[in-house]
Parts: sequence; C-alpha cells; structure tokens
Amino acid sequence: MLITCPHCGARDRAEFTYGGDASVPRPELSDLDQERWADYVYLRTNPRGTLREFWHHVAGCRIWFIAERDTVSHKISATQALDDDGSAER
Amino acid sequence: MNGDRYSVFSVLKNAATGNRHWQPAWRSAAPKPSYDVVIVGGGGHGLATAYYLAKEHGIRNVAVVEKGWIGGGNVGRNTTIVRSNYMLPANGRFYEWSLKLWEGLSQDINYNVMFSQRGVINLAHTSPQLDTFARRGNAMRIEGIDCELLGPAEIAPLVPRLRLDHPVFPVVGGLIQKRAGNARHDAVAWGYARAADRLGVDIVENCEVTGFTFDGDRITGIETSRGPIAAAKTAVAVAGSTSDVLRRAGLERLPIESHVLQAYVTEPIKPFLDTVVTFGVGHLYISQSDKGGLVFGGDIDGYNSYAQRGGLPIIEHLSEGLATFFPSASRLRVLRSWGGIMDMSMDGSPIICKGPRDGLYINAGWCYGGFKATPGSGWCFAHTIANDAPHNLNAAFTLDRFAAGASIDERGAGPKPWLH
Repeated sequence: MLITCPHCGARDRAEFTYGGDASVPRPELSDLDQERWADYVYLRTNPRGTLREFWHHVAGCRIWFIAERDTVSHKISATQALDDDGSAER
Repeated sequence: MNGDRYSVFSVLKNAATGNRHWQPAWRSAAPKPSYDVVIVGGGGHGLATAYYLAKEHGIRNVAVVEKGWIGGGNVGRNTTIVRSNYMLPANGRFYEWSLKLWEGLSQDINYNVMFSQRGVINLAHTSPQLDTFARRGNAMRIEGIDCELLGPAEIAPLVPRLRLDHPVFPVVGGLIQKRAGNARHDAVAWGYARAADRLGVDIVENCEVTGFTFDGDRITGIETSRGPIAAAKTAVAVAGSTSDVLRRAGLERLPIESHVLQAYVTEPIKPFLDTVVTFGVGHLYISQSDKGGLVFGGDIDGYNSYAQRGGLPIIEHLSEGLATFFPSASRLRVLRSWGGIMDMSMDGSPIICKGPRDGLYINAGWCYGGFKATPGSGWCFAHTIANDAPHNLNAAFTLDRFAAGASIDERGAGPKPWLH
C-alpha cells in the first residue's frame, strides 16, 4: 500500500504508523463532562467504507496528517496536512 | 439422535456401501415466522450459543441466521490455537472454563473436533520479558490454571529445530501451558451445527439480516433477505461485522473497530513441530497442522479494514521471524494466506451482555481470541440470553465497562484497538 504524505509524496506503508479515527471531535480541555470524554475515547462509528484517519509519517518527515481511506478497498482518496493546532487544513 | 451417531460401526457400514448413504450433517432449514431466540451469525460462537441454549436451558425454538455458509467466516479463518494463559482474572477464569469445555467437546457433541493438547510455549528473549511471563504464570496458578516456567535447556528438547542462540534474540526461557493446543476449526463449526440441529435448532444459511423490527424501543425480531423473522430475543454474534449489523439496530457507535488479521500455511512437510510456539519478538505464533503445513500468524495489519485479505508488510515480517527462529524452515514455500475481520474492542477483551435495547443481546469484541473462546462464549452467551443476566464468568464483559472505567486491558495498550 502506498500512502501519499502531504509533504513527501507517495511512500510505502511501512514508513507510516496509524493514529486511528480522525472523525471523532475531541472535547475542549475545559470540558469536564465524563460522558463526552468517554464517547471520544472509546466509541467509534467503524464504517464499512470511507474513514477519515490519522497517519504519522514516522520514518519520513514525521508529520501527522489525515487520510481518507476506504476500509474495504484500502484505496486512499485524499490526504491533508494538519494545522499547527492539530486541526485539518481546509 | 442415537441412530445417526458417528461411530466405528457407522464408518464401516458406510464404507461397505461405497460411502453413498451419508446424510447431510444438518437440515437446510427455511426460516419460520417466529422463534423464541434468533441468533444472527452462524459462526462458531453463534452455533455454540444455539447448542447450549438447547442443551443447557431447554430453549429449542431457536434459529441461527447466517449471511453466507456455515464455516465461511472467522471460524474457518484462524490459526486454531486454544489456550487460557491470561493474566487478568476476568479473562483467565473465562478462558479456562472455555478450555475445560474443549476438553470434553468431542464426546459432548459426538463430533471429533481433533482437540490436541500439544502445549503452547511463549518464548522470552530478554530477562525482563521472562519476568513478565513469570508474573503472568503466577497469576494463572493463583487461578488454578496450569503453566510452567521453562529455561532454554528445557525448551531445547521440546522444540528441537528452534534456534536458541540467536545473537540478537536469544531464547532465555519461556512459559508453557501443557493443556493448551489446537483443534480442527471446520470440525468445530460442523460439529456444533450438527449437534444444535439435532436438538431442534433451525440453521438458516444464505440469509442476510437487512434490519431489525421494533416495538417502541424493544427489538422484536429481524428483517432478512428471506423475509421477516419475529423473536422474543435477538442475539447478535457477528464478529468483525458487529458495527455494521448493530448500526441497523440504531447503535451508531460502539467500542469496536474492525481490523484484518492474516495467517499463512506452508507446503506440507514431515513432522517438524509437535507443539505451538509463540515468540515475544515481533509477535509470531506457529504450529504444524495435521496435514503437515506450518501454520503461522502474528499481529493485525494495523489499520481499520473490512477486507478479508491483508498487506505485504506483515507477510514479510512474519516470514522473517519464522526464518530467524527456524532456519531449517527458511526454504519452505507458503501455499495459502487468508485474512479474517476481527472485532477489536477498546481494551482487547470481549463483550458478552444484554444489549442497550430490550430484546437485544450482544456477543462481540473477540479481537483475535475468538476461536479458543468458542465453547465458553456460546455457553456464557446462552446463559445470559436464557436468564436475562450474565453468568459470573462473563459479568465483567459488558458494553458499558469502558465509560465506567472498568476496562480489562490485558496488554496495557490503552484504547487503541490496532495495538491490542
């Protein structure tokens, strides 16, 4: 599987580590609601189809980015870099 | 049932008539309009659940509904290892009960599941790793589960072709559970299907669940590709498809991710390895099948997947491990590989509980420990369905343990399913 790093271009999957589902919004750090935090930490939609997920180019430029990948065909339709604050660039 | 028990006599009788008169092992049932219990998923766990519902609880008006065919899912896509060498008490007790059921299973269901207690050895390559094995072994022995700590001199005769003196990854010791071993995966599916069928359970193959029916919040049955089926209780045991199936019951988010786990078998060779060996380096487990092939597997591919096939990096990684520790196997050719979809839970431990909807029961989150759990899972799930309450053995395996801070994280990897 080739993954297109937004910074380095297409590289072998072995250079990357997985960071999991990127579609789950993290509560504000000031949010003390236990249920919202439990949802964020533990619950996933786990779609059969397109998933937005974090990848880390750990053996390359070491940036974190978001990929949109199909969980059945494994085809990656888009990747995008993250802003400094961790949100995806639009 | 006595009339069609498998025996030496029935084998000789059928051999004498050219094996033309064997009957199908279970009826091809068409779904009835309603049942006391409908089980979604005709894998090992669903079939075992149906069997124990009928046998232990006298609930025989049961259907097992399977999208494909019996034996086509994860029960036929694993490495057939059976063990109970866990550290945490909830896991240890549950898997030990499952192992005890394995020990009597062939007699119980009158079907030879070829359960072979050839022992499972976990090898350690550093002294800290051996310390953690000793700790796990002590936890097991406190629970009354057999295990022994071995040194290299004791391992050498048990695994004669193993390279003990690798300069980077020497074998410094290991933990063996002698009652652990292998079973024949297809026979487990076929044996449970046959035994459940004989007790009156309808096994409905090629029947996909397309939705659930509701009365208010209560689940009253399922919609299928072969029409609606009403049920007082609806039980779901669909492994990697759990999120997909339960979404149709209105459960959008679960503590589960689906990941692919691969395994491989080499060309058959003469007797080479008569135990199951696992390696603490890089995670590799290997045994030799009764047909002679070396069966080996390791970690999941590491990213969410619903594809029943995996990628090349894991093949390379595991083959390197095999060649490192068994140099004499390095020229073997791999005949087949397969992938199964694992329902990886957020703590690596299973879920067997009443669902968040009335009338719904959930059996999921098996990660890649599902095959060994088959009898125990079916036994506990049947108890939970019949009594509307869990058995002590599965009381900790709830869906809401995560939010409650009661996760059962054997590996200590945290809520990252791809690391369990």
